[in-house]
Amino acid sequence: MATSTQPQTGANRTTSLSNEEILRYSRHLIMPEVGMDGQLKLKNAKVLLIGTGGLGAPLGLYLAAAGVGRLGLVDFDVVDFTNLQRQVTFGSDDVGKPKTEAARARLGNLNPDIQIDTFETKLTSDNALELFKDFDVIVDGTDNFPTRYLVNDASVLLGKPNVYGSIFRFEGQATVFGMPEGPCYRCLYPEPPPPGLVPSCAEGGVLGVLPGIVGSIQAMETIKLILGAGENLVGRLLLFDALGMKFRELKLRKNPNCAMCGEHRTIHKLIDYYEFCGVRGEEAPGPDVQVPEITPRELKARLDRGDELFILDVREPHEFQICNLNGHLIPLGELPRRVHELDSSLEIVAHCRSGKRSAEAVDFLRKAGFRKIQNLRGGILAWSDDVDPRVPKY
Amino acid sequence: MSVKVMIPTPLRAYAGKRDSAEFSAATVGEALSGLTNQFRELRKHLYTEDGKLRAFVNVYLNDEDIRYLAKENTPTKDGDTISIIPSIAGGSFAR
Ligand SMILES: [Zn+2]
Repeated sequence: MATSTQPQTGANRTTSLSNEEILRYSRHLIMPEVGMDGQLKLKNAKVLLIGTGGLGAPLGLYLAAAGVGRLGLVDFDVVDFTNLQRQVTFGSDDVGKPKTEAARARLGNLNPDIQIDTFETKLTSDNALELFKDFDVIVDGTDNFPTRYLVNDASVLLGKPNVYGSIFRFEGQATVFGMPEGPCYRCLYPEPPPPGLVPSCAEGGVLGVLPGIVGSIQAMETIKLILGAGENLVGRLLLFDALGMKFRELKLRKNPNCAMCGEHRTIHKLIDYYEFCGVRGEEAPGPDVQVPEITPRELKARLDRGDELFILDVREPHEFQICNLNGHLIPLGELPRRVHELDSSLEIVAHCRSGKRSAEAVDFLRKAGFRKIQNLRGGILAWSDDVDPRVPKY
Repeated sequence: MSVKVMIPTPLRAYAGKRDSAEFSAATVGEALSGLTNQFRELRKHLYTEDGKLRAFVNVYLNDEDIRYLAKENTPTKDGDTISIIPSIAGGSFAR
């Protein structure tokens, strides 16, 4: 599964730097906090990055540049155009390539003296322990709850530090979990939120610089752990508010009753994290509710025939500005109090970006007594694919 | 006594887009009641149906987790800050 850029060096510790390396790392070597000892620690260190996306970009770039001797990259994803706004490891030419491959090319060019191992696979309960066991530090740059819990549990089982970072729109969090004296992710959050209560679609998105900042904080913590220098974030949750440009920190305590790291722990092996988090295994789950649907092609045909249809757009106003199908805009969240704007005697087709929010809208309206209402399957994305490519996808 | 409650980004949609609100309260629980009375939509995000704080929502009084203080009965004093810290997983929730 692993592919390596350089032959494995095995357990032999490197005890010297080449003249070229001395030149490359001179700004580290002249700092007493790093020096030759520290640089050799970095060279002998093995760090595994889970995810090569937004957080993984600054992590990979800085850790490679700093001379971390062996970097493992785990990702199963392929670079797409929407990644380029924040995943600065990748260039436009990388679109369509596996992220691990594109990252390996970029990081290998940045620092040819390090070993880069790529694992083009989804991290699972079956492969996590095997992947983690060869590395000293695990860095969590993932974007979903199941993988967060998996990374935590595998790190605790193996006794390895887990450098944590997460982001949401303008806010970031970072800390170090998994140290013997410190808390783990489950000490902080014993359970994930149920799927229905995670922030809604309209609240999604992230300012591109934010993962750059939070991922850089993770890179700094990783390097400090390797050097054994300074005070790391163990037991502290760093909160970053980019809009207010404020950093705050909260105390994190090791929970004596933690199911994973407490004295009487109840978890002794990895579990099914998708089941634990109540989500289906695949990336693109269908609508949560079953409602009558119309496909984009059927809708186009009916509009062309001159059928009278009322198009209801349940996205947010800022999304309507990106593109629209000339529908009547009522954001999903406002639907309950704006229901009077709709005429239940008309035939209504509801749509959103991908068909998920509008399925909820159709479900809600059917319960409110609307009978002639359908959901546009696949939303604007499918309309762009199947009917009118001039409508941009976002 | 005035206590400031910080509302995290994911929950601002249910709190009139506010990032904080001030309440006169003698305990953390009273301040949170003030918040959910003013913004009723927030209630189901913070509490279970039987009125317990949800496990994925952590509440801090200044920099201390109230689970290690007196939970919702933790007394507050003038100028205290209560932070609600829900778990966030990372990237985009676009759909
Ligand atoms: Zn724990």
